[in-house]
Amino acid sequence: MKRPKTLLALSLALCALVSWAVSFAGRSGHPVNAYFLYVAYDVGISIILAVSLNLINGYTGQFSLGHAGFMAAGAYTAGVLSTHLGPRLIPLLGGDSPFAHSIVFLTALLVGGLAAALTGLLVGVPSLRLKGDYLAIVTLGFGEIIRVILQNTPAVGGSRGYSVAMGYTNLFWTYGFAMITIYVVMAMVHSTYGRGFLAVHDDEVAAEAMGINTTRYKVTAFVTGAFFAGIGGGLYAHSKQFLNPSGFDFIKSIEIVVMVILGGMGNTAGVVLAAIVLTLLPEVLRPIAGYRMVIYSLLLIILMLTCPQGLFASIGSGLRRLLRRKTGVSTSPSTHG
Amino acid sequence: MNAPGQLLVLEQCTIRFGGLTAVSKLDLAVSERALVGLIGPNGAGKTTVFNLITGVYQPTEGRILFDGKSIDGKRPYQITEHGIARTFQNIRLFPSLSVFDNVRVAFHLHVLSGIEHALWRGRAFHDEEAAITAQVLEMLAIFKLERFRDTPAKSLPYGDQRRLEIVRALATRPRLLLLDEPAAGMNPTEKVELMSLIRFIQEKYHLSILLVEHDMKVVMGICEHIVVLDYGVKIAEGNPAAIRSNAKVIEAYLGEDSGSGAPNSQSPP
Ligand SMILES: Nc1ncnc2c1ncn2[C@@H]1O[C@H](COP(=O)(O)OP(=O)(O)OP(=O)(O)O)[C@@H](O)[C@H]1O
Ligand SMILES: [Mg+2]
Repeated sequence: MKRPKTLLALSLALCALVSWAVSFAGRSGHPVNAYFLYVAYDVGISIILAVSLNLINGYTGQFSLGHAGFMAAGAYTAGVLSTHLGPRLIPLLGGDSPFAHSIVFLTALLVGGLAAALTGLLVGVPSLRLKGDYLAIVTLGFGEIIRVILQNTPAVGGSRGYSVAMGYTNLFWTYGFAMITIYVVMAMVHSTYGRGFLAVHDDEVAAEAMGINTTRYKVTAFVTGAFFAGIGGGLYAHSKQFLNPSGFDFIKSIEIVVMVILGGMGNTAGVVLAAIVLTLLPEVLRPIAGYRMVIYSLLLIILMLTCPQGLFASIGSGLRRLLRRKTGVSTSPSTHG
Repeated sequence: MNAPGQLLVLEQCTIRFGGLTAVSKLDLAVSERALVGLIGPNGAGKTTVFNLITGVYQPTEGRILFDGKSIDGKRPYQITEHGIARTFQNIRLFPSLSVFDNVRVAFHLHVLSGIEHALWRGRAFHDEEAAITAQVLEMLAIFKLERFRDTPAKSLPYGDQRRLEIVRALATRPRLLLLDEPAAGMNPTEKVELMSLIRFIQEKYHLSILLVEHDMKVVMGICEHIVVLDYGVKIAEGNPAAIRSNAKVIEAYLGEDSGSGAPNSQSPP
């Protein structure tokens, strides 16, 4: 990453271009299959969720099982905002125009992200005394609390669910925010400041002895991770246009954790790959209907067993082994341990 | 009792763990630029003294002053900010980080740019990162670790791990360095090198050093002043010659044959 900002700008431009091309094709009578679009949104949202959780679980080494809770906070906040305040804001923004709708959507997403970040702070601070399994249990409990609260809040439909008026989510917003999430997490970690997250992961006592405020780092990881989970939730809300509290249960959290583990904790590229693979897998298996989830689970177990270091690392070392066999030259680094 | 020139002062420090008094009414002073040894049998409370000084534990009674100011109740990272760095008896490097990053993390306190600079990645950020890289590489070169630059700390040879821990502590730019059994697990040649290394860093970085060590050749060889603990109580202090001939110390720790390297008890590996 020599010029990360340029790279980010270029990829945002690419997202805009592709998104525009898709909508142009739609308007000129060659619409892209809606199913593919929705799967593409799911993949982008998974990337956002997994990369942001990787900051907490992978880089900082805090075992959080509450990501679906942060996602729910963002999804409901953004959904309610655009549905209730949107119609009032549009006239103020000069009436019904793509610009006005974009502003409404962006605002809803960002406020959703902030709401999730705030919940991240509320969970993060008291949970900091806990480690490992205990932290996992507390964050899991917290996620369930959010779900139960939503289920019992009639204003957002309770357990019947909540309909979001606008289907704002498109390729640009989804992949734009995915790029931003990747950029933010990688830029944070790739700096002297950011090595502190890895230090906390490796040894908290030693990290403190090096002058690192471990509490501050953990809270930063929680709040940043939660913020992007909230953004992911907002995109989800405006893609499905229907929110049901049970969609944010701990199974959802575990799905995201699995992406992080399979991607190789603290390896952003691997986590992105795992998010793509694990989101596409159930879709690919759709034709075999009834056995779909059985096969999915089986494949998951096989992947976990064969790639304990993470999908990406395994592919990397597999390629290396293959190269070595072809060329007879050792390409593996001398330091392995 | 805070005489001028005294960098670290412990006044009547006591810490109890349940019924066990690990350190009892300890008075200890380390003056500016001094090299003080802290010795005693296994379980005497030496590491506990380090943990008290660095804020890992809070004293049950007593006070700790650094540079004339009380550092009681401060968290370990704040104490490092004040200028106290340490190494650990059981090496605690960042095992998965490279040798380079282990030292880089220790520059943390002296990094001006925080999260916003890391995200924006402007000129100031790149300049500072380049400056830190240069300083880390310089330190690695001084301590002959540069060939391990990209090696994960956990795959370093044992002696180099101990050395890296000292380098990492130095990178926080301390005024007082606490070394907990730096010679443990080293062979005689490495021990001799370690002694000159300790003298060298004390000169170069103008340090005060408090050294816990079981190897008497090392302790007697470099310390000007030695404090002896037994069951958490200070039983003697003085210069090496006085300690070597002190009857109480011989009985509790050194044994009759006090000229040799190893005292009665040996540290666990
Ligand atoms: N956190 C703790 N809880 C309970 N007891 C403790 C704790 N830390 C230390 N102790 C006890 O305090 C006493 C002093 O231990 P300490 O580790 O300071 O000894 P030491 O002088 O460093 O010994 P060694 O030479 O073996 O390293 C021991 O009896 C130890 O069991
Ligand atoms: Mg000890």
